[in-house]
Amino acid sequence: MAKGPTPEELSNIDYTPPPKEWMDVPTVFKPGTFCWGAKGKNLQILEFPNARDWTPVEEDWKLPENWQEILLEGMKERLGKYRSFQLFMDICVRCGACADKCHFFVGGGDPKNMPVLRAELLRSVYRKHFTTAGKMLGKVAGARELTLDVLKEWWYYFFQCTECRRCSLFCPYGIDQAEITMMGRELLNLIGLNTDWISGPVANCYMKGNHLGLEPHTIVSNIEYMLDDIETITGIKINPSFNRKGAEILFVTPSGDLFADPGTYTCMGYLMLFHELGLDYTWSTYASEGGNFGFFTSNEMAKRLNSKIYAEAKRLGVKYIIGGECGHMWRVIHQYMDTWNGPADFLEVPVSPITGTRFDTAKSLKMIHIAEFTADLINHGKLKLDPSRNDDLVVTYHDSCNTSRGMGLLEEPRYIIKNVCNHFHEMPENTIREQTFCCGSGTGLNAGENMELRMRGGFPRANAVKYVKEKHGVNMLANICAIDRATLSAAVDYWVPGVRVTGVHELVANALIMKGEKKRETNLRGEPLPGKEGN
Amino acid sequence: MKILLPLFTVIALVVIAFVGVQANLHALFGIVIPYAAVLIFMFGFIFKVLKWGRSPVPFRIPTTAGQMKSFAPWIKQNKLDNPSSRLGVFGRMLLEVFLFRSLFRNTKTQLYPGTKLTYGSEKFLWLGGLAFHWSFLIIFVRHFRFFMQTVPYPIQLAEHLDSFLQIGAPLLYITDVVLVGAVTFLFLRRVFMPQIKYISLPADYFPLFLILGIATTGIMMRYFTKVPVVRVKELVMGLVSFQPVIPEGIGSIFYIHLFLVSTLLAYFPLSKLMHMGGVFLSPTRNMANNSREVRHINPWNYPVHVHTYDQYEDDFREKMKKAGLPVEKE
Amino acid sequence: MKNAGKVVIGVVIGFVVVFGFPFYYNLGKANVPPKLKYDTPAILQYEKQYGKKECVESKEFMSAEHMQLLNQWRDAVVRNGDRIYVNSRGESFHMSLQNTCLNCHSNKKEFCDKCHNYLAVNPYCFSCHIVPKEKQS
Repeated sequence: MAKGPTPEELSNIDYTPPPKEWMDVPTVFKPGTFCWGAKGKNLQILEFPNARDWTPVEEDWKLPENWQEILLEGMKERLGKYRSFQLFMDICVRCGACADKCHFFVGGGDPKNMPVLRAELLRSVYRKHFTTAGKMLGKVAGARELTLDVLKEWWYYFFQCTECRRCSLFCPYGIDQAEITMMGRELLNLIGLNTDWISGPVANCYMKGNHLGLEPHTIVSNIEYMLDDIETITGIKINPSFNRKGAEILFVTPSGDLFADPGTYTCMGYLMLFHELGLDYTWSTYASEGGNFGFFTSNEMAKRLNSKIYAEAKRLGVKYIIGGECGHMWRVIHQYMDTWNGPADFLEVPVSPITGTRFDTAKSLKMIHIAEFTADLINHGKLKLDPSRNDDLVVTYHDSCNTSRGMGLLEEPRYIIKNVCNHFHEMPENTIREQTFCCGSGTGLNAGENMELRMRGGFPRANAVKYVKEKHGVNMLANICAIDRATLSAAVDYWVPGVRVTGVHELVANALIMKGEKKRETNLRGEPLPGKEGN
Repeated sequence: MKILLPLFTVIALVVIAFVGVQANLHALFGIVIPYAAVLIFMFGFIFKVLKWGRSPVPFRIPTTAGQMKSFAPWIKQNKLDNPSSRLGVFGRMLLEVFLFRSLFRNTKTQLYPGTKLTYGSEKFLWLGGLAFHWSFLIIFVRHFRFFMQTVPYPIQLAEHLDSFLQIGAPLLYITDVVLVGAVTFLFLRRVFMPQIKYISLPADYFPLFLILGIATTGIMMRYFTKVPVVRVKELVMGLVSFQPVIPEGIGSIFYIHLFLVSTLLAYFPLSKLMHMGGVFLSPTRNMANNSREVRHINPWNYPVHVHTYDQYEDDFREKMKKAGLPVEKE
Repeated sequence: MKNAGKVVIGVVIGFVVVFGFPFYYNLGKANVPPKLKYDTPAILQYEKQYGKKECVESKEFMSAEHMQLLNQWRDAVVRNGDRIYVNSRGESFHMSLQNTCLNCHSNKKEFCDKCHNYLAVNPYCFSCHIVPKEKQS
């Protein structure tokens, strides 16, 4: 963080709740903890209601006159559409098991970031308007009116949840704050209350195919830069194809991998791996986004963005799809895509052309994760690997929230890492696998203006990294998520300087011995390989 | 206030029942109110579950708590925490409902100076919850000896095991002690843990006091201020066989007990206690993680407005051609 | 959806089966509380002699507290060797289940067992004590 609190100041956290009841504690919009409001032009592009420019800190949010009616009507509709929402409004017993499981609470101490209380923000209004006890008893029953202050509180706290589902893991009834946050954000979007950092990328993605707004020629030229670097490092010229009809496989990855390091190194990893395999695949500039910020907006918006992947696969006539390293992308693809935009009967069950492995677990979706694809290659001995090229790295692995708690992809990436690196150490067990901590900046919270919030949210993750850094000398944090690659870089710089962040396929490409390559002197980052430092 | 209000409510309930019996309203407290309470309980519960059931489950959203079923058997699946089959889901639900699997994971986060976070195992909530629910269940089952003319062996067995310590006469039930202990624990943690106190509502204390009241009156009747238990069974059997009678000579403590139980039954469907039914319906727990293998159908899936490839190409055709990208229309 | 519907119906059926049990189980069954018999030869003899039927304590006390009284007796006899019980009326009795209690109540099946069975109580008195042979009245 350029300015703002130091790590010492930030980690001085007071977990004692205030003396006043939470309903009586007003919401203070503390700079550094919230994002800017959505811009009118982006909402207009997306055909969202109440498109206008607005500022969260200003008194007047320029709401439609009947905003309460819209929200309550919206709540009623969603209670009838999602059993999860209806059930989770009714059955919480406030046992508090979730309280200290949220990274924002652990890193910030604000009691309204205990998942149970964040849910109560919405539940209290639900009680007032949808339950007999709440209507009759009011505050005694934990019910309250939907006032402007309550609305602002919703906005403030529903954009302090990264839908990581860690709370839901510990809840005895599986109550998932992610579901409640999703509903909360959908409701807020009914009256034009998104953040700029989400609605901007969504508008970009809708019109240009990816969150960053890279236009087709820019995608090509960005990849060409990477190809030049690959040629310099390996001596091999790679010629990937774009929007090519008749390819066997469509490859989709988050656009973050095309744009900034360390994501670009991961992207170089994909390019090198696929080239080495001679894979018949193509990139798409139309479906050039694996991630889905629509998912942080509304179900409908998520579906609108996601539809491009199948549409493009159909247009290009590919057999199946491989998806790159990304977290929420895989929650969306694994648990939503087939339901929204399937059935993909124009595709075939994925079969690795190299090993012949049939991916039956994806037989309906017809899309596989690159970690599955690569793990299978390694298991069949199809890759020539020299893990000693990564010997300068002491690696630990961060599970993305979504691939762990929304999918269960735990062993595949670890298997890959252990085959391409000689030094691998796990973080403490309560911070990895299904219990992994969020990077603190998921669900579109990876903006610049809310940096304090992000650093607070990233504190538990960074703290576990610090532990293995001190214990094992870990200097590289591997992950399979584009948002992680960007946000964890900031979080570890702040909390654990000296540790860097990498995608798994960057490690793969460094270790990959390619046919006809020249003697490698540097890794993908242009740094000398271990043992070559003197040259 | 959050604590006193529910406490006084329960005390008021006790007083109401006591005064009612003194005023000879035995039929009201012994017949009318229990019937009404059971009706509210049965229909309220079913209504609530059906209401939940009316909302569809549009997406397959299990919280996966372990390794998924992978493409190859050499990656071992965690079949109970991340089930991919019906059998696995059944196993997961059994663990969840009977052993509180998720709560068993519970940890306690602590921050030490020098910015060291630790996550210690914290099993007390799990243990307290399990002790409370299981003893409540056993006590409920034991009470079936009042509901049946001849008591079948399984219920006698439950009773027998529950009193196997053979302490005192009448024999002390282990569950009586455990239930009171567990409810007290659950109450005390709401009072003494600042965060839990902060999130607690009157609706969290009320059932605790109510259940404590029920347990106390029950224990008093069994061990201290005795009631003619044959008459009590006669009354209860009258209720369950729809031939209600009010036998003479049952003390007011029984009517207080019965009134508190009636209150609990009637309160049940309106409250968080519905988690008893809800736990079975939770989509993050009762679904198999097979969404890539079997397409999940959303009954209200509707077509959405999308930006098609053709529109995209219209926007960028010249730039695409310049970059050497193939286009559909020249 | 199909499966989800099954879960809902399953929960409702399970609920009715468990909580409705006392009601449908007893449908059409008569509700007969036990009637105790106080007509053993010893009791009849006592009544002839004293003009009343009475136990060591009042009937109400005995029906509610007999288990505690017997426990006290057991402790007094076994642990302290004390065999004499003085009741609230100032009368003395020999503390003995078999020789005092069951002398009058020699009809265990028609007396003890009636309520015990009705309420599914299994006192462990007779795991040590021998049940005297029942005489028909």
